[in-house]
Amino acid sequence: MSSVLKKTGVLIATLLLVSLLAFLAFQIIPADPVTMMLGTDYTPERAEALRHQLGLDRGVLVRYWDWLSGFVRGDMGVSYSYAVEVREVLRGKIAVTAALSLLSWVLVTAVSIPLGIALARYKGRKLEQITVSLNQILMSVPSFFLGILFTWLFGLVLRLFVPGRFVPFSESFWGCLGYLFFPALAISVPKTAKTAKLLRSAILGEMKQDYVLTAYSHGNSRWMVISRHVLRNALLPVVTYLAMSLADIVASSIIVEQVFVVPGLGRLLIASISNRDFPVALCIVVMIAFVVVVMNYLADLLTQAIDPRVRLS
Amino acid sequence: MKRFLSFLLVLAMTAALCACGGGKSQSSGSEFTVGISADLDTSLDPHVSSSSAGTREVLFNIFEGLVKPDTEGNLIPAIAEDYTVNDTADVYTYTLREGVRFHNGNPVTVGDVVFSLSRAAGLETGDPLVADVAAIADVRAEGERTVVVTLKAPDTEFNSHMTVAIIPEGIDPAREVVGTGPFRFVSRTPQESVVLERFDDYWGEKAVPSKVTLKVIPDAQTMVMSLRSGAIDLAARLSSSQVSSLGDLKVIEGCNNIVQALYLNNDFEPFRDIRVRQALCYAIDKQKVIDLSADGHGTPLGSSMFPAFGKYFVPGLTDYYKPDPAKAKALLKEAGYEKLSFTITVASNMPMHVDAAQVIVEQLREVGVDAKINQVEWAAWYKEVYSGRNYEATVVGLDAHGLAASDMLARFQSDHAKNFVNFRSEEYDETYAKAIATVDGDAQTALFKQCETILTEQAANVYLQDVADFVVMQKDVTGWRFYPLYVMDLSTLTRV
Repeated sequence: MSSVLKKTGVLIATLLLVSLLAFLAFQIIPADPVTMMLGTDYTPERAEALRHQLGLDRGVLVRYWDWLSGFVRGDMGVSYSYAVEVREVLRGKIAVTAALSLLSWVLVTAVSIPLGIALARYKGRKLEQITVSLNQILMSVPSFFLGILFTWLFGLVLRLFVPGRFVPFSESFWGCLGYLFFPALAISVPKTAKTAKLLRSAILGEMKQDYVLTAYSHGNSRWMVISRHVLRNALLPVVTYLAMSLADIVASSIIVEQVFVVPGLGRLLIASISNRDFPVALCIVVMIAFVVVVMNYLADLLTQAIDPRVRLS
Repeated sequence: MKRFLSFLLVLAMTAALCACGGGKSQSSGSEFTVGISADLDTSLDPHVSSSSAGTREVLFNIFEGLVKPDTEGNLIPAIAEDYTVNDTADVYTYTLREGVRFHNGNPVTVGDVVFSLSRAAGLETGDPLVADVAAIADVRAEGERTVVVTLKAPDTEFNSHMTVAIIPEGIDPAREVVGTGPFRFVSRTPQESVVLERFDDYWGEKAVPSKVTLKVIPDAQTMVMSLRSGAIDLAARLSSSQVSSLGDLKVIEGCNNIVQALYLNNDFEPFRDIRVRQALCYAIDKQKVIDLSADGHGTPLGSSMFPAFGKYFVPGLTDYYKPDPAKAKALLKEAGYEKLSFTITVASNMPMHVDAAQVIVEQLREVGVDAKINQVEWAAWYKEVYSGRNYEATVVGLDAHGLAASDMLARFQSDHAKNFVNFRSEEYDETYAKAIATVDGDAQTALFKQCETILTEQAANVYLQDVADFVVMQKDVTGWRFYPLYVMDLSTLTRV
């Protein structure tokens, strides 16, 4: 129990640190929101007045404290670029990015585990060289490149979907899922290849253990040995990896959204940084940090739950 | 394992089937989807967001002034049906058209016009929101349909600034987007889209499209893909490299109506010497810049004026400096800058300027000048270069708010707030002041032309080109009209 408390404390401290660093980063980059808001015709007086109105003329730490205390109360502030509440700007976009990330994660999990088992099961066959090297290639292709490839192949050549015409949830659930399937595929391919490789080597590592020999001596077939005995141990690192990779997937989806014109958080994050719309950018950064930290945390808990040995240490 | 595979198969098939449902149909009938490369500015207040060209060209469809430009660049009556100007060109009297309505249904009254012009000119605050109309001294209504505008000083070109938007008195322009144009504003979703609908009570020729959705697509490659997939019906301001990978869509070529140049900070030590500036002009072959950065599409320019300005444009200035590396070297030697090096700061979100800068760097190397490119974000460019004037040289395009010569030339006066190149010439200031005060049209045109000539002779900047503008649309879309200004008229789009 005390370890859970400790971990929760670490979680909160990490989030605080991330938000503070992000806040400070925005103070360092050149140009401030006021120059972006006022356009080309403005006087220094008007800029000063606006700065005052936005509270930008106060000290950095004062502003950070204000932001933080608001954020904790659920008040995320007002977007400079859109003059509406950050909550309003983010509305709908969080769901899209979350759906895309989740779909990608499901694809990774659903494909990589059987694939990893198969790769290990058929070790030593003729095809092994080819499949292993293909896997190596797939895991090093960046997902935005796959995205460009897929829009061309599935969108323009095979006409399976219309790149650029996103179908919102509200219009059609299946239509939305159908559109998101392709960006999710682009995100999941390299991750799947990596996970499958990890599982394969974990299984092959376990196969060298003594208990495997014992299992064989009981008359089990290779398949039985893998599925009944080896897999349980080999999945351990994979489960941890999968839990942590969700955070990675959120990050990739922000890039891939651009290629598929998916109206998620990605473009908003990039635009809010270049427009110096700090309240929006900060909110997104903190949310992403939250996902990363929480997933790491859950991965830890999960490992402990599965493997009693970890708990002891 | 098998169950897993079959689950996957089902998932993939469902996805494919659902997606197929979308099929070929575009946003049907008289609804159009148009791609724009940047989201609109923060505020859609037409008096404030006169800043970015991308926002202004969209607002052109929503707001109107007393007058508006037509496709030839002439000013045609809009909210005002007629105007008169006194002999000394400092009192303009406008007669309002009857039956003009705002998008909220209210008729346009003299009160609205007085309110809008006073607000834009900052008569109450003393801080003009729109610099172009800062010359207004007083606006008052006479009767129900007449508005009299008095200027601080005579200005024969003042009418061209009366394109400034008329908005209803008493609304909060930062929150309510209400104009009199052919389209009314419906909604916007940040970084996603802006929706406009036809305004059925428009006083003039009504818009053809019943609804236009402007989709924000910042990535050049994604824009091309969305056109090819049919997700958008039209996109304007594409570059020649984007157009080269388009397949069989309809492409029409026009001009961006900008002056692209290597703008020089005349306060940067080496550039204070006119010989150095002239040397750069001789060293850079603008035709080669056009050939290499835009496949030969573009109109070479020699001063701060583009051909769409008609009578103000001086074609002879284009070849004032013929490419001559030997002469460039000689001039640099004479000025004592044989080993000149400087940095060209370019906004990285504008490929057409980055590409041009790259060609320039190569050409300058041939005359021994070491130029480096520093790509910065738009916000940083804006702060450091345009408003901070803390740079050595930059490549950018300047556009005009209207077709008055002053729209291009005013900024080069020594103490002008927008003189970001720090150009200083007494001769220029005098000629410009004389031109603005001259009532006789021909004499005034001659003076403005003289201003342009001074800019060229003094080598204020290295003028390059008016960049070609490609508009791409689906085969069944027609009705696009080019303007000599940076606007996007959506009202005539038609599907055949």
